[in-house]
Amino acid sequence: MSLVLDGVRLRLGERQWCFDITLPGDGVHALLGRSGSGKSTLLNLVGGYLEPDVGRIEWDGHSLIDRAPAERPVTTLFQHDNLFAHLSVADNVGLGLEPSLRLSAAQRAQVSESLDEVQLGGYEQRNPASLSGGERQRVALARCLLRNRPVLLMDEPFGALDPDTRAVMISLTRRLIDRQRPCVIMVTHDEDDAHAIGARILELIDGTLRRRAPR
Amino acid sequence: MTARSRSLSSVPIACAGLLALLVCAGAFPGIASAADERTLTVYTYESFVAEWGPGPTIKAGFEQRCGDCTIDFVPLDSSAGILNRVQLEGASTRADVVLGLDTNLMAIAANTGLLAPSGVDTDALTLPIDWTSDTFVPFDFGWFAFVYDTEAIDDPPASLAELVADPTGPKIILQDPRTSTPGLGFLLWMKSVFGDEAGERWAELQPRILSTTKSWSEAYFTLFMNGEAPMVLSYSTSPAYHMAVDETDRYQAAAFEEGHYLQVEVAALLQGSDQLELGREFLTYLVSPEAQASIPLGNVMYPVAELGDELPAAFARLIEPTETLLFDPETVRDQRRAWIDEWLEASTR
Amino acid sequence: MAGGLDPLSVRLLDRSPWWLGASGAALVVLTLVGMPLLVLLGQAGELPFARIVQDAWLRRVIGFSLTQAALSTALALALALPVALALHHERRFPGRRWLTALFGLSLVLPAIAAVFGIVTVWGGSGWINAILDTATAPFRGTAEPPGLPVLYGLTGILLAHVFFNAPLAARVLLQSLDDIPVHEWRLAAQLGLSPAARFRHLQWPVMARRLPGLATLIFTLCFTSFAVVLALGGGPRATTVEVAIYQALRFDFDLPLAVALAVVQLTICALLTGLGSVFGRGDDGSLGLAERTADDAPWPRWHPHAHRGALQRGLDRTAIAAATLLVLPPFAALLLAGFNRRTVAVLTDPVTLDALFNTVIAGLAAATLSIALALGLLSGVRRLHLRAGQRHRTHGGEALQALGNAILVIPPIVLGTGLFLALRAWADVFSLALLLVILINALMGLPFALRILAGPVLDGASARDRLARSLGMARSSRWRRVDAPLLRGPIALAAAVSATLAAGDLGAIALFGSDQVRTLPLLLQTRLGSHRLDEAAVTATLLVLTCIVLFAAIRRGIGGAKESRS
Repeated sequence: MSLVLDGVRLRLGERQWCFDITLPGDGVHALLGRSGSGKSTLLNLVGGYLEPDVGRIEWDGHSLIDRAPAERPVTTLFQHDNLFAHLSVADNVGLGLEPSLRLSAAQRAQVSESLDEVQLGGYEQRNPASLSGGERQRVALARCLLRNRPVLLMDEPFGALDPDTRAVMISLTRRLIDRQRPCVIMVTHDEDDAHAIGARILELIDGTLRRRAPR
Repeated sequence: MTARSRSLSSVPIACAGLLALLVCAGAFPGIASAADERTLTVYTYESFVAEWGPGPTIKAGFEQRCGDCTIDFVPLDSSAGILNRVQLEGASTRADVVLGLDTNLMAIAANTGLLAPSGVDTDALTLPIDWTSDTFVPFDFGWFAFVYDTEAIDDPPASLAELVADPTGPKIILQDPRTSTPGLGFLLWMKSVFGDEAGERWAELQPRILSTTKSWSEAYFTLFMNGEAPMVLSYSTSPAYHMAVDETDRYQAAAFEEGHYLQVEVAALLQGSDQLELGREFLTYLVSPEAQASIPLGNVMYPVAELGDELPAAFARLIEPTETLLFDPETVRDQRRAWIDEWLEASTR
Repeated sequence: MAGGLDPLSVRLLDRSPWWLGASGAALVVLTLVGMPLLVLLGQAGELPFARIVQDAWLRRVIGFSLTQAALSTALALALALPVALALHHERRFPGRRWLTALFGLSLVLPAIAAVFGIVTVWGGSGWINAILDTATAPFRGTAEPPGLPVLYGLTGILLAHVFFNAPLAARVLLQSLDDIPVHEWRLAAQLGLSPAARFRHLQWPVMARRLPGLATLIFTLCFTSFAVVLALGGGPRATTVEVAIYQALRFDFDLPLAVALAVVQLTICALLTGLGSVFGRGDDGSLGLAERTADDAPWPRWHPHAHRGALQRGLDRTAIAAATLLVLPPFAALLLAGFNRRTVAVLTDPVTLDALFNTVIAGLAAATLSIALALGLLSGVRRLHLRAGQRHRTHGGEALQALGNAILVIPPIVLGTGLFLALRAWADVFSLALLLVILINALMGLPFALRILAGPVLDGASARDRLARSLGMARSSRWRRVDAPLLRGPIALAAAVSATLAAGDLGAIALFGSDQVRTLPLLLQTRLGSHRLDEAAVTATLLVLTCIVLFAAIRRGIGGAKESRS
């Protein structure tokens, strides 16, 4: 299983993007790069928020093009705004299981379990507005756990957190990765975070990925 | 600090506003200068001064007679509107003459204390009743009647009782007794026919009423002539206009067995006027055959002066009421409030 | 100098006491409102409250006022919700911009003109009935043609109220929907939420937040609606308190009853205003009238709205069609009916031109005064807030704003009559007619101006104030460089709304107008009443065009080019 972007070209405004990338299906990859090098664009292409003008995007040999974000085997964790502000924590997580939020008792138990996993046991009825940034990211992570998709995209997920919270998030993310073994693509500025996650560090240059030269 | 800047930034804005105010004040020189000439300000209702009404002809005729005078007709929205405006203005009213009240409003108007004796000799006038007032000058009369569209109705009701007893019949248009003299006239008609049971009869009549308008012209022109309903409260003389001018027999009046209520329209002089002499001349002219000639087809009512052959032929084909109903003005003044309340209560049951 | 302020003004600006503007404005409002009320109370003697309670008809009037307002509100919102959703979903169809612009106009359209348009379309001998008549003629033989229910009475009142308020509500709701942040849609796309779930979790919450404030506003507007009820009420069965006051004054000259009813009206309106301020927090105050750019860009492909099913699209299109059918024909009637055989004659008639001149002057002057008063009051509020330390509400601030909203609580008819009685001893009131009309209309526009300007003036005031002081800016340059550019747009909108409301008003001019001093609305009413229907149609069209031009010109003129789209 691998993620392939072959001959993908996209014009966005003034810029013309080209991507030619192949990633193995069970690796953790951290994308570093200068701002404007296309990291977020790549994530959006894989996630389904942008469609290429030409080219193939495939996962495990199946094309992802023209599939809505929800139909792709992808979960995305953003830097902010991963939760609905007016739904409870349990509902936010439950959406990962059942978009209609009609959960069976078993599913509700699963929600509680995943909240326990991210050390937010008992937070089911809390409101996102009453949580700190780190706690909100953990709720989002709990949902990622439940969705259990083969590809996990993370766009600077720890960027807004203070060092202590970040450490907690990193260890929780590591646990998720170890358990579910998704193909992880994490965009980040922080090389230490990348190392902590155990990611292979890659740079996006001219639309292709290069291993970062070791320092 | 910030408040100061805000408040005084308003200064240029306020100046602009003041300027605008001054501009408009300056745009009205007309009022001051008008008083210099011999201008007679007459408060009347709108249909009097309409193009087809008697107003323009009477104005032209009078102005020719007096040479240097001008009549300034001030159209108000209804007959009661005339009274109301004068009440509101009080002694400082601009009006010299009020034209278009009727017998039902006479006592109320007299009560304001704002009217002056007319000085006009009313003995020679022809009316179905004896005229005794020396303040009010009658200038036309007519009987109220329901006018109907013969193309929509084959057999109109023959009596008020019949009209009231048929709630599913064709819709009728009435006027509001608080603003319109026909409206008040109909209220009094119902009262004089049904007496104490008038309230009940009003309640029975409700389903047939399409609308109760503010004035006669709204009822007749805006609603009836546009086909909104096939019957309207108007005058027995209304069909004459259609027969004589439009040359159609389509609209006719329904004769009621119980008799019809009379309306006599009146004019009066205002005490505070600075043109009393001119006003008297005008009132005298108003009842002269020359002015009265424009009444039949202008105001579509019977003239108070004998016109003889000048009365249009169509008038001979109008219905003749078997009985004339009329309350005296003092009774109306005393009972009006209570009877209107009765009507209000019955209308909204 | 760029701001147009000469050195003297600058010196004054920088030196006068802070309370001058606020207290000046407050004093003007208090006088204009208080003096007539005092006069009326003085002349009215003992007020017959007992009679109001006992008299069946008066009780019914109060009941009817509340009922028709409640029904109107419910109907308007019931129509506005699906239309707002439909417009939110369907971003690209020909004429969308025109339709939303049209929706924005219904608030500032003069009531009497709108009634004319409505009667032309929906009346007994109107377009719809004519169409029904001809369309069914081959099928029905000699039977009666099917007709619409009678317009006069509750039906007509509800129709007119929905016509005025549903478009406004739809615009406000649409803006709240467009304000849903894109990250929520991304989440919805990622999680694969169904249309029902999207409605429940994304769309309904933002609309529900606006509904209480919107409902209160519409209820108040319908409760105090005058021209509509007067024209379409059709009799005593459909009378509201405001119309009853008018009738007590105009028909019976019954001052005590009028004042007593006014007190009842006042109490109910005060309650409504209180509710409105509770619910209205978080409302941006622009009444949905501020146009935003790019609100009609098509949905990106990943967006759930780009993949709606045929049934949903059908429902949306039906809603839009229904709204168009409701709103467009009367407007069309107003614009088209004016072109008839009397058009040229009426337009060149000096009476018409004089009325036009008066209308425009009244509109501009009233708007100027409204803005001046609103800014004056708000400057005081702002200062009081700053003193209290943050953007916390203060009692003084609340009082000043409540003062500005006074007219919402006091019927203009009552105010007008009080002013009339107060002034008639001193002057020929009718020669002051236009001035009085301007004063009353300025008061009537004041609540709207306050509503539109409060947000921009008060928000961020403390931050801007701190910054300006830290930089040592003088007050005059502060006004020129910081405040004025920020307020330009809102002032333009507030001025445009005030001017148009004043230009189209019938209440005040009906009291003071005469054949000497007429505005277009009064002229329209006169011509309608004396059945010069062709001339009335031309007048109505002229009035509507004047209002539209006035609105657009003021917005563009003060606000600048980017504000020019209505």
